[in-house]
Amino acid sequence: MIKIWSMKKNEDQASKKKPKTSAAQIRVQKDLTELDLPSTMKTHFPDPADLLNFTLTITPDEGMYKGGSFVFQFNINSNYPHEPPKVKCTQVIYHPNVDLEGNVCLNILREDWKPVLNLNSVMVGLQYLFLEPNADDPLNKEELKRNREQFIYNVKTSMRGGTIKGVQYNKVTP
Amino acid sequence: MAASHAVNGNASSADWEGRYYHVDQILDRPGPRTDPSFLAGDEVKDFLRNKCKILVIGAGGLGCEILANLALSGFKDIHASDAYVIYNQMLLRSGIRPKDVGKSKAIVAAEFIMNRVPGVKVTPYFGKIQDKDEEYYMQFNLVICGLDSVEARRWINATLVNMVDPENPESLKPLIDGGTEGFKGQARVILPTVTSCYECSLDMLNKPTAFPICTIANTPRLPEHCIEWASVLEWPRVHGDKKMDTDNPEHIQWLYEIALRRAQEFKIEGVTYSLTQGVVKNIIPAIASTNAIIAASCCNEAFKIATSSAAYLNNYFMLIGTDGVYSYTFEHEKREDCPVCGGEALDITIGKDWTVDRLIEMLVERQDIQIKKPSLSTPGKHIFFQAPPQLEEATRPNLEKKVSELVPDGGEITVTATTLPFSLSLRVKYN
Repeated sequence: MIKIWSMKKNEDQASKKKPKTSAAQIRVQKDLTELDLPSTMKTHFPDPADLLNFTLTITPDEGMYKGGSFVFQFNINSNYPHEPPKVKCTQVIYHPNVDLEGNVCLNILREDWKPVLNLNSVMVGLQYLFLEPNADDPLNKEELKRNREQFIYNVKTSMRGGTIKGVQYNKVTP
Repeated sequence: MAASHAVNGNASSADWEGRYYHVDQILDRPGPRTDPSFLAGDEVKDFLRNKCKILVIGAGGLGCEILANLALSGFKDIHASDAYVIYNQMLLRSGIRPKDVGKSKAIVAAEFIMNRVPGVKVTPYFGKIQDKDEEYYMQFNLVICGLDSVEARRWINATLVNMVDPENPESLKPLIDGGTEGFKGQARVILPTVTSCYECSLDMLNKPTAFPICTIANTPRLPEHCIEWASVLEWPRVHGDKKMDTDNPEHIQWLYEIALRRAQEFKIEGVTYSLTQGVVKNIIPAIASTNAIIAASCCNEAFKIATSSAAYLNNYFMLIGTDGVYSYTFEHEKREDCPVCGGEALDITIGKDWTVDRLIEMLVERQDIQIKKPSLSTPGKHIFFQAPPQLEEATRPNLEKKVSELVPDGGEITVTATTLPFSLSLRVKYN
């Protein structure tokens, strides 16, 4: 066998073995402990020992979704940040970029995800969807484009737990 | 020619006269470029043929080729690992016989090689590499990967890097990684902690194609959109938390049928079973000649490393066969901030009575670390987190606790902070 060890000896003695914590764990620790969230967003960890599964609650303080409280489930797998976190809305909400199953249409959660992005960018991106719903990328709800007034009215109805076109939405207001 | 013995299906273990005539040309005497530590003659042959133990991870298109090459170059103690069984669709891709469908890839490959190349022992392992511990990997001299999964590669890479023990030269296991994708391929030599590792080069990977979810949900135009619709939206809706296994033919069949129905609805043509499998597994069809070239390159490196008979690859060979045949060899550099092999580890010695608060204060003050607002954890628990508020609150009581209550002597602490590009690990000793 080649003598690799002799090459190792010439190396800087300071470089020592890395800990057994997984790369994903370390990265999530870094992302979470550096979160800089506005007062409109709060994280909740059902099990504080588990950093990979948690929820984010967004309470927009302006825009048409003001007054609502929207909960997203974050699931991060061991391939993070090579793969984006899985994010789903836990409520049935009336939003052009969130479908009834809770799937979110946010570019950085799928096609534009890059490992240099972090949890902060995802959270800020989610909040932005409530301030500026994206009419060009509708998962459903054509109204936003056709009739903005009607759309805003529908948003208010849905947030109170109302029914629109036969779909019952979850109440998200206090 | 003394070496031209054709032996077929003969499991005799004896090395007949002239069996290794050609290989011995390389091993009997040093050449102008051989390493000074090369011991020509019986000793190196004995190591290669009787002592060297090599692990091949993956027994698919590339892995089988590697196994065959190794056996024919004189490696005799080969272990073959693969977690999957042979499915029907694979018949087209490799020379597997219909009677082998449903059997473990590793076991079938091992039996085949042992029948074909007398005297070679191939030990199959039918299971996930993640189920084996460091003790298992310690027994090998070399590891070769012929995998199609990024996840498995990252795992074995991180495991081998972590295994390197400064006190034990035997703990450093060279890793040879082969990979093919259509007409492209690469072979590389990774000496854990010495050269750049797999994680260092993660940004070189092609991003898997992802389509905007809105296109999938509303305006599918391609057969791929229909397949993504079935796997991303319909699977979780119908099956709930049940995980999709892209290696389970029943799951693929289900996705195929759903995608086909969707395609018919939107008048899209081209949804097939193999496309479904290709899209969900991100597979690019295997090309036998690419596998052959990459496997040959991997085994050539394994041979050179095991025998020191010639300089080995430093450290990345890529093959691009899409337009003619082009290859390029370069030294991929170690990334300083690589989460697996990079970063710094500091030994610190503190008093047994030091509190976590005092340790943090010390870290903030140290000029050589330049850290602000550090968060600390051990592999199993959080020591102190600066944010988010819930975790800060939950870990705050630890500030008053003694470090020695939370971390054993010689234990490691992972430190992250805004000012650090990645993470820092501390090895704590008490005086």
